[in-house]
Amino acid sequence: MKHLESRKYIIGIIFLSVGIIFSIRLFYVQVIDNHYKSDANNNVLRHVVKYPARGLVYDRNGELLVFNEAAYDLMVTPKQVKEDFDTLAFCSLIEIDKAQFIEKLNKAKQYSYYKSSIFEKEISSKSYAKIQEQLFNYPGFFVQTRTLRSYPQKTAAHLLGYVGEANQKMIAENAYYKSGDHIGISGIEKQYETELRGKRGLKIVMVDVFNREKGSFMNGIYDTTAISGSSIQLSISAKLQRYGEELMQNKKGSIVAIDPKTGEVLALVTMPTYDPNLLVGRARSKNYNLLSKDTLNPLFNRALMAKYPPGSTFKSINALIGLQLKTLSPNTLYSCNRGFSFGGRKMGCHAHSSPVNLEYSIQTSCNAYYCNVFKNIIDKFPTAEQGYLTWRNYVMSFGLGKKTGLDLPNELSGFVPNTDYYDRYYQKGRWSSSTILSLAIGQGELGFTPMQMANMVATIANRGYYLTPHVAKMIDNQPIQKLDSFVLKHETGIEEKYFDEVVEAMFQVVQKGTGTSAKIDSIQVCGKTGTVQNPHGQDHSTFIAFAPKDDPKIAISVYVENGYWGSRWAAPIAGLMIEKYLRDTITRPLIEKRMLEGNLIGKVQKPIGNAGE
Amino acid sequence: MRGNRKLIDNIDWMLVSIYFILIIAGWLNIYAAVYNEEFKSIFDTTQSYGKQLIWIGTATAIATIILLIDERFFATFGYFIYGIIILLLIIVIVIGTETKGATSWFEVGGFKIQPSEFAKFATNLALAKFLSTLNIKMSDLKTKLIAIFIIGLPAILILLQNDTGSALVYAAFVFVLYREGLSGSFLVIGLVTAFLFVITLVFQNEVYHLPFEIEIGGNLMLVLVLALILAAIYYFNRKKKKIILLLSVIFIASIGLIKSVDYVFTDVLSPHQSKRINVMLGLESDPKGAGYNVNQSLIAIGSGGFSGKGFLQGTQTKYDFVPEQSTDFIFCTIGEEWGFLGSIVVIALFMTLLLRILFLCSRQRSSFARIYGYGVASILFFHFTINIGMTIGLVPVIGIPLPFFSYGGSSLWGFTILLFVFIRMDADRLDVL
Repeated sequence: MKHLESRKYIIGIIFLSVGIIFSIRLFYVQVIDNHYKSDANNNVLRHVVKYPARGLVYDRNGELLVFNEAAYDLMVTPKQVKEDFDTLAFCSLIEIDKAQFIEKLNKAKQYSYYKSSIFEKEISSKSYAKIQEQLFNYPGFFVQTRTLRSYPQKTAAHLLGYVGEANQKMIAENAYYKSGDHIGISGIEKQYETELRGKRGLKIVMVDVFNREKGSFMNGIYDTTAISGSSIQLSISAKLQRYGEELMQNKKGSIVAIDPKTGEVLALVTMPTYDPNLLVGRARSKNYNLLSKDTLNPLFNRALMAKYPPGSTFKSINALIGLQLKTLSPNTLYSCNRGFSFGGRKMGCHAHSSPVNLEYSIQTSCNAYYCNVFKNIIDKFPTAEQGYLTWRNYVMSFGLGKKTGLDLPNELSGFVPNTDYYDRYYQKGRWSSSTILSLAIGQGELGFTPMQMANMVATIANRGYYLTPHVAKMIDNQPIQKLDSFVLKHETGIEEKYFDEVVEAMFQVVQKGTGTSAKIDSIQVCGKTGTVQNPHGQDHSTFIAFAPKDDPKIAISVYVENGYWGSRWAAPIAGLMIEKYLRDTITRPLIEKRMLEGNLIGKVQKPIGNAGE
Repeated sequence: MRGNRKLIDNIDWMLVSIYFILIIAGWLNIYAAVYNEEFKSIFDTTQSYGKQLIWIGTATAIATIILLIDERFFATFGYFIYGIIILLLIIVIVIGTETKGATSWFEVGGFKIQPSEFAKFATNLALAKFLSTLNIKMSDLKTKLIAIFIIGLPAILILLQNDTGSALVYAAFVFVLYREGLSGSFLVIGLVTAFLFVITLVFQNEVYHLPFEIEIGGNLMLVLVLALILAAIYYFNRKKKKIILLLSVIFIASIGLIKSVDYVFTDVLSPHQSKRINVMLGLESDPKGAGYNVNQSLIAIGSGGFSGKGFLQGTQTKYDFVPEQSTDFIFCTIGEEWGFLGSIVVIALFMTLLLRILFLCSRQRSSFARIYGYGVASILFFHFTINIGMTIGLVPVIGIPLPFFSYGGSSLWGFTILLFVFIRMDADRLDVL
């Protein structure tokens, strides 16, 4: 029996071995291997993002343009969705079909069976009211509040822009954004995204296995609160903007109005436009598709992106350059025999008395006069190239052919050809003032945006300088401080006395010239008409103006596509806009009625007629 | 009659102390595992921690009563108690309440009693009585058969209740039989078979790249390693002629086993069984299926770190990520809230308890008390190994409680009776002639 007694040691050793193996295993699991700790956090900690309210947007008079409206993300926790789920009733409740339901649920399951994810995004508060009553019937589904943009004025869609969900590229480019975040995609929303978005907050909560909240983690010491976005006050006048859109209804084109003294943009009308509320929430992608397929191209921001030749409005600029270079004086007379003949060709003009002086040339928009003015500018220099470059520098000093620096995305720089362009086109040394004579009357290769044109008028109104145009005035009630731009005067280098000559002539345009349809009682309006040759159809009607003459408060450019003469559509619209802004009442209701009712959509066919006025 | 004074002197207070430390620690951990803000009082009897306190109170009463009973009572009524329990095990199959698939409960006035928890005690008592009978030799085939019958009968009845885990516990008696003279080869073969089965499954799908661009499969690799080990044993053993036959038999048998594992695994076991074993061995990652429990259990224990998250600070158990956190997976709460230090203390307590029982066994004059004591140690050891082993992913998930810790009246009463009967026997050791 002695040997059996010793078996207690073997049994004891087996017991001890297990104890030792367990200790080693526990040491490994608890002390060495760290991944269980992060797994535990994944289990129990939920990072709940607190989305800040996006900043509000006001017009210059404090009228609300953009605010936030509650919206609801429908969330699902696949684990809690019951077997006997009434799919059909649920689908009709949230307005999806069964295939979509299955797809969305599978997507959620792929993400996690236990964690909740978004099932249906951005349900409006209107639809939510209906869903909310029924939702208790569908365990596993709950809603999370978000905010959506809302545009009470239904105006200035292109200017305000829209907000969408940050895509993978945006997330990769900017560390701030995470999947599901909203981001400004165009307009003000994009330009002032950093100010408007605010700062996301984070709350770490503990949840149990059924995803029920059990309280905050570590009493919330790691939590951050969401900081609302800054509100922005625009320089835009909502009233003027709306009025501009009404005047332009059933027409294509653009109106840009600037306060010349400050560079503040007062109106930025692009037509056709759309209701900004269309590009919000669930319906955004559907509506975006519809809008992008619309043949009138309502998504196209004409004010900043359409390039038109300036037409006869450009004659003021040529006059100013001529005066500054002393190739022209106010008393210079040129004869016009229904046009200007050169090298066997003739630039036509309409019937008016001859000879013509500077003031009358602008007033009656004489083509021949400006062929002379332009030729003399270029020919003053030893070579056409030198002459052209000098002329081009003056043109560009009006903010033409380059971005104005406006605080909105996607502005085009327009086009003033450089000498390379003509060298390529005609070969070097083989072009002269005659070759490029169409520049004299604002035709040819020139292409400016309505924004640039308005800025050009502001420069004339200021008698020689402009301030960088901008649409934002204040952020959180603090004036925007931007060095360089916004306060810096961009000088043209043309003396003020020459501007006085041209301004007087532009005043006469409205008093008794081609622009009388912009004339307003007791407001001294200065303007210049233009008819822009359009190779694709009926010419475009354009008008530039500012008022009052000696204390300019508004400078404006109007383009009405296929509107023919500047005096027909653009000038009356400019006049009405000026009156609306300066006086807030309209003294010419008949003209207003004609403009409101005018329909140019489809009238693109070019009738028989000639160019220039 | 001996005086109480003498009884108090003779009781092994070390075992009693460990017992109380374990049940109090268990109670606190149950409280932590199901801690609920709404029912903060640890004495709230509507909650499981409050109920456990009742079980602890009654268990203490039972322990006291046992200490007051004459030890000869247990020897005398050993078979009778066994018979009663067998009867109860049969009755429960017929009229028992089903809980989690097993029909092993009597429901009496809101309380549930599980006879299988008391069957371990009764079987141990009967086996000790049988093996301590004069002129019984373990080497006799008849002795073996009767012993296996005594052990096997309750095990089969419990299997019929669909409670596989509790039935497996009866395998623990192999230690008792071994101690009383069963050939060591039974123990070795049992342990080696279990070990090889696991090893084969782990390695069978591996491919090993040896020098000279030789690739061999896991099975061949196992055979080679086994051959090397056996050759080494042969080389260092003096009785070379004797051992060569044994080693050859082991070698051939092992190859046979390795080859058959694959067959058993794919053709004998049902898919969910093989899946469970695969998950346990880490061959299949399936955190939401069969491996979910083990995974969550490991996360809870692993996240405790060296010193734990602190009492009531555990999140994995409190928020129900770990299943059965107050019963079978109670060790998770210990691991999570008390960390490596707390876990080691619990393991050390169990080790001390087990070795103390083995030590007390060796000082028994009566073979009845000694055999009974080995039975107690074996049963506790088996529960300890399987229960903690499954929570740390070393053993497949078999639902049996951790003695003195897991919530439940029947198991606490059962283990208390099991242990205190031995303490009572030990207190009387000097009176045994």
